[in-house]
Amino acid sequence: MTLVLTSHERAMLDGSGTEAERIAMSIIVRVADVMGAEQLLEIGGAHIDSCLYHGRAGLDFAERLVAGGGRVQVPTTLNVSSLDLLHPELYRGDAETAALARRLMECYEKMGARPTWTCAPYQLDARPAFGGHVAWAESNAIVFANSVLGARTHRYGDFIDICAAITGRVPAAGLHLDEGRGATLWIDVAGVPGALLEADVFYPVFGHLLGKLAGVGIPAVTGLPAGVSEDRLKAVGAAAASSGAVALMHIVGSTPEAPTLADAYAGAVPSAPDITVTMDHLRAARDELTTASGPVGVVSIGTPHYSVAELETVARLLDGRTVATGIDLYISTGRNVMAAAADAVGRIEQSGASIVVDTCTYITPIIRRPESAVMTDSGKWAFYAPGNLGIDVVFGSMAECIETAVTGEVVRDDTIWG
Amino acid sequence: MTTPSGDEVRVLVAGAGSGPVLALDEPLSFWGGVDPETGDVIDRRHPQHGSNVAGTVLVMPGGRGSSSASSVLAECLRLGTGPAAIVVRDADEILMLGSLVAGLLYQRSCPVVAVVPEQFARFRAADHLIVDGGRIGS
Repeated sequence: MTLVLTSHERAMLDGSGTEAERIAMSIIVRVADVMGAEQLLEIGGAHIDSCLYHGRAGLDFAERLVAGGGRVQVPTTLNVSSLDLLHPELYRGDAETAALARRLMECYEKMGARPTWTCAPYQLDARPAFGGHVAWAESNAIVFANSVLGARTHRYGDFIDICAAITGRVPAAGLHLDEGRGATLWIDVAGVPGALLEADVFYPVFGHLLGKLAGVGIPAVTGLPAGVSEDRLKAVGAAAASSGAVALMHIVGSTPEAPTLADAYAGAVPSAPDITVTMDHLRAARDELTTASGPVGVVSIGTPHYSVAELETVARLLDGRTVATGIDLYISTGRNVMAAAADAVGRIEQSGASIVVDTCTYITPIIRRPESAVMTDSGKWAFYAPGNLGIDVVFGSMAECIETAVTGEVVRDDTIWG
Repeated sequence: MTTPSGDEVRVLVAGAGSGPVLALDEPLSFWGGVDPETGDVIDRRHPQHGSNVAGTVLVMPGGRGSSSASSVLAECLRLGTGPAAIVVRDADEILMLGSLVAGLLYQRSCPVVAVVPEQFARFRAADHLIVDGGRIGS
């Protein structure tokens, strides 16, 4: 198999365009070779994770592209950064790192990307169409694009995301192709009680379990009610892309490539599920998301960034009450969602909670009490914080998180888990 | 370094590197999993938490799919705390990108190769490996 380029692609690679196009195309071609692609595909958009500061290497790469005349060729959105530009007082890191992080953000703006600063680009105005090819980075966005929107993106990460945006091309391989999108694993949840399937708290826990079961595979899930909401699918995907590397999941009856189990499988459907989920599986998954047993000093919700509907639910649950002394409540969302939910945001801020935009509490120093345990409703936050930040966590539903924040005592009702 | 006469493997990033083997029992995300200042494995949930990747031939099942892992691997290689070579069972474009960009910016890439399961089991058990071009030997 040999990669065949069009004359325009060849010109970019040969340096007939800008230096940034030459660098970007050389990287796309290297990856295409490794993936066994025979051609490149044109993309309709990109979502960039490289704008989050991890050190000089990322900044050096971005500045090299800017100096080389780098411009994105397709509509491009930007993932969370290290800074909340609208609430700069929340940042508790050192000034030098903040300045470097800001420089990195400016590089991507200079290359023509939209300063959206959200991990939930699917909550922005323009979304990729069903079947459309995009280059999205950020694991929760990737699984949402592939599964919920039925758009097509491979698992892209830092560096290749901007290379795809500059060239407008990705390798024709992996999850871009029909043959790469069939289910590899059948997981059935029909035995789970209906009351639990009706509860929001089920979905991040199930996602955590799904990631552990599926690993890098493509799960087909049967037994969930038809038409699972986008916010619940967001919670499943974010958790499954953290505990595992799930980039596409077929939720039969909810996601557009899986009206039936047969549609989820590219070929023959197995005669029985690979895994039948039991309450023991689910209770174990729930327990893995909690590492603290004592009190919490912080409640952090909104990972991935909350939607308008989720912010409205928070405002309703707060019901005019204030956050307890001794607790900090952080609620992360996108700046676009904050603007669209102005009424709910106003009511939330009156409670004493902090709205965080442009970044997230687990990737940059924002939390004022890093020594205390943190309660969250996010499977992703609960998965990463103990290992990566050394922060102990308590997992609970959004409602339990809010009750904990206003009472100051950890509120958790486990009866729904049997 | 002598060219190894051992197994042929699939090259994701070309180059040569050798060192003591650090075999990982589970996939590792460089983002949040490795401190670029030291090369220490800092993910407290990882079985090899507390070991150090610097200068090793890192034999690992794969990455974890975290988008930021490319940046952190590139930063490790820039700072000299990265592995001498990476041997993966599951081809991983995210790790590949980190090494490619460290090569582009600093001429400090490390070879990244993918192996089949039988080779993976054997290389995990080795004390020392030499990766050079498309071959691995001890």
